[in-house]
Amino acid sequence: MALSLKQLDSITSAFNAKEQAYDKIIRVCCGTGCITSGANRVLEGVLTAVEREGLSSKVLVKKTGCHGLCERGPIVTLGNDEILYQSVGKRDVAADVDLLLKTVTEGKVADKLLFRDSARKEKYTSSLDIPFYKGQKRIVLAMNGLINPEEIDDYIAHGGYRAPFRAFQMTPEEIIDWVTKGGLRGRGGGGFLTGRKWSSARAAKGGLKYVLANGDEGDPGAFMDRSLMEGNPHAVIEGMVIGGYTIGAQQGYIYVRDEYPLAVSRLTKAIEQARDYNMLGHDVFGSGFDFDLEIYRGGGAFVCGESTALMSSLEGKSGEPRDKYVHTVEHGLWDKPTNLNNVETWANVPHIINNGLDWYTSIGTKKSTGTKIFSLVGKVNNTGLIEVPMGISLREIIFGLGGGIRGKRQFKAVQTGGPSGGCIPEQHLDMPVDFDSLTSIGSMMGSGGMIVMDERNCMVDVARYFLRFLTEESCGKCVPCREGTRRMHEILDRICKGAGKIEDLMHLEELGKALQWGAICGLGQSAPNPVLSTIRYFSDEYKAHIIEGRCPAGVCKEITTFTIMEEKCTGCMRCAAECPMGAIIGEKKEPQRIDDLRCITCGICYDVCSFDAIKIG
Amino acid sequence: MVQLSINGKKVTAEEGEALLKVARREGFVIPTLCYHELLGSSGRCRLCVVEVNDAGKKRVVASCLYPAKENIEVFTDSDEVRLVRRTVLELLLARNPSAELIQHLAKQHGVTEVRYTPDQDKGKCILCNLCVRCCKDIVGVSALGMSGKGPMKKVGPPFDEPSETCIGCGACVVICPTGHIAMEEEKGVRTVWQKKFELAACPKCKRYHLPLFQLEWISKTRNIPVEELMVCEDCR
Ligand SMILES: Cc1cc2nc3c(=O)[nH]c(=O)nc-3n(C[C@H](O)[C@H](O)[C@H](O)COP(=O)(O)O)c2cc1C
Ligand code: SF4
Ligand code: SF4
Ligand code: FES
Repeated sequence: MALSLKQLDSITSAFNAKEQAYDKIIRVCCGTGCITSGANRVLEGVLTAVEREGLSSKVLVKKTGCHGLCERGPIVTLGNDEILYQSVGKRDVAADVDLLLKTVTEGKVADKLLFRDSARKEKYTSSLDIPFYKGQKRIVLAMNGLINPEEIDDYIAHGGYRAPFRAFQMTPEEIIDWVTKGGLRGRGGGGFLTGRKWSSARAAKGGLKYVLANGDEGDPGAFMDRSLMEGNPHAVIEGMVIGGYTIGAQQGYIYVRDEYPLAVSRLTKAIEQARDYNMLGHDVFGSGFDFDLEIYRGGGAFVCGESTALMSSLEGKSGEPRDKYVHTVEHGLWDKPTNLNNVETWANVPHIINNGLDWYTSIGTKKSTGTKIFSLVGKVNNTGLIEVPMGISLREIIFGLGGGIRGKRQFKAVQTGGPSGGCIPEQHLDMPVDFDSLTSIGSMMGSGGMIVMDERNCMVDVARYFLRFLTEESCGKCVPCREGTRRMHEILDRICKGAGKIEDLMHLEELGKALQWGAICGLGQSAPNPVLSTIRYFSDEYKAHIIEGRCPAGVCKEITTFTIMEEKCTGCMRCAAECPMGAIIGEKKEPQRIDDLRCITCGICYDVCSFDAIKIG
Repeated sequence: MVQLSINGKKVTAEEGEALLKVARREGFVIPTLCYHELLGSSGRCRLCVVEVNDAGKKRVVASCLYPAKENIEVFTDSDEVRLVRRTVLELLLARNPSAELIQHLAKQHGVTEVRYTPDQDKGKCILCNLCVRCCKDIVGVSALGMSGKGPMKKVGPPFDEPSETCIGCGACVVICPTGHIAMEEEKGVRTVWQKKFELAACPKCKRYHLPLFQLEWISKTRNIPVEELMVCEDCR
């Protein structure tokens, strides 16, 4: 039986009544990050303690999806964002659970578990005050950390599954118009206008059509899509139901990488629950329209995130891309018209339908509307998952939410766009973060990776790292990418080892162009980005390697030495204590010396010296 | 039918027809490695690139796959095209230094210097995939495939072991543009892709001709008695 809007409202009231019957709610984050740092033990501990203390009727314990602060996990929140506790049970589960219960029963806030902003040296009780959250605009992630992703009623009680009712009152053309005017652009990388894609898919001839969600997320270190699928799986499903109706597809697939078992299990549960409520299957929402979803577990190759490779992989063939002179909206999966969107793109759809165009277009910039989720990592004080309005500056993200650079170091660059993105220098920090601005400065939005680097990151080494990744992930189908990425890597490796020649720079640029023009798919076409952007903004660093034979960041081992400057050394011997090789010699209170024969140029001494007495040479 | 121009010359083509075919019909020279008239295109080598201007939008495309469209302008020898072609040839020459075909093409396109350390372990295989497609689409036994990815990609029978399905016909040897695939015959035994095949001796002229295994396969699939097939083509 299909549920009516009225029934959704009664599910909502029943659910809210059930929750309101409790005095307090404890939410334990059970995202992959927090589980890794021990959230399951905390959850168990809290549940046992609540029962032991006879609080079961007063305190509700819920598990939720990711809050984004994974590095400080396990995260536990009390009430509705009133108190956020971090690193709960990291050292002693029982003791921290006691503290938690004390907060609940006696209202005593546990100082020790509060979030500390290391840059600002401040403690915060409520997550709403933490700068990391304050600068965010959580729309797609709003329910992450709030609802139990394994309970459909929780999603419904927070406004879920209302959008299809609205959508089914509209014609597909009206929905396309709405999504187009809303300016929604694909969050998977290219920033393609979603409405336009839907419109082509709808116009494509063919009875059978498909909608797909891209949850491959192959960028190393990225976890935006994982957190969304784990923390709010119904949002993706809701978006896909609307997309299916709009383009006329009766079947959809969610392509999830195999390394995401929790995302797979939460999505599987969500699909089953949605079927039980007849939100998937025959005559969904009583609309007369049939639509069902299946999950496909992908092997986990980076290139399988590329649209044509993803479809080939879904068909059970090897994940090789093909030229897209004939678009997949016309000839896609099994040669049928197919509309592929990233999972975050799908999760935006219900919000546009529910809240209207004026609301959606008021967020972000004119040409990049809405929000974008980023995974902020690297040398910033606060790392994690953030959702920010488009158009926010890189500076606000890094120095506001991120709390600036760790230690007393200087910012050097921020890498956006995943492995084939580009490195952006200081001079562009006030650039608004949107699709077109990032592309204009030689980088890209990509799916939302953001790696912050400081003066101890060597930009040639960074380029070498990404080219190595891309060489290994190239599918090997076309010559420019298969042979070109590895040769670019070889040249970079040579430069890092001090054996580069000045002609190498022109050679890299030339190879870069050949890849951009000649490769089949986005992997090869954008593989030169890390090289070209670092040559563009950090040519001095390349030249230091090639001409002077030194690595200014002290990273490239073959051409780096560390020396202690006698006049600055206080003889505190901190470096000597930390050096893993015992290579630092000298008497206490006397200037120290590094034994070059033993030194492995790891740079630990440089990093720990409080007197700037160590020089990179 | 659609109208388009190639290097300024107005030509007509079937809508959707591959630009490579159109251009060759009109007498333009475009080099290719992975395209074959019988097996079609796969877009791997990128030697056939041309530049297309479609209503002001310029891009470099693989002509063996790009469909002819109304009013597009095609350039077969622009700077961009030349750079991609020369890069492909220099990269292939570094990968397959012993492949005569590549040496020849490289010279033809003005690639005189290879700025990379040549590979020693790839033989002459350029991974054009023609042998795989030939075995599947023409012979019909699919004994070959590609495995691995990136620079480690390889062609051959599954797991690099003698293939169960290979009939030893040698079609891949003939189609391979570079002569990478070795096939040897000695004392009535043919070896290809590490699999040994006993050759049938013609009952009339006593000469060894085709593998017995291949004859049995033909006999089975086409319903011709093996005895008939044992007689070599010359004596039939
Ligand atoms: C090498 C490569 C990897 C990609 N990986 C992903 C991915 O992991 N997730 C994703 O959504 N899109 C990925 N994309 C982009 C997809 O091809 C496609 O553009 C996207 O899924 C379309 O959805 P959107 O319009 O909603 O962004 C990748 C593209 C390339 C070239
Ligand atoms: S560009 Fe790279 S990943 Fe893409 S088809 Fe070519 S070899 Fe494969
Ligand atoms: S063996 Fe020959 S035909 Fe087969 S892929 Fe290699 S070069 Fe092409
Ligand atoms: S002939 Fe077109 S890519 Fe090889």
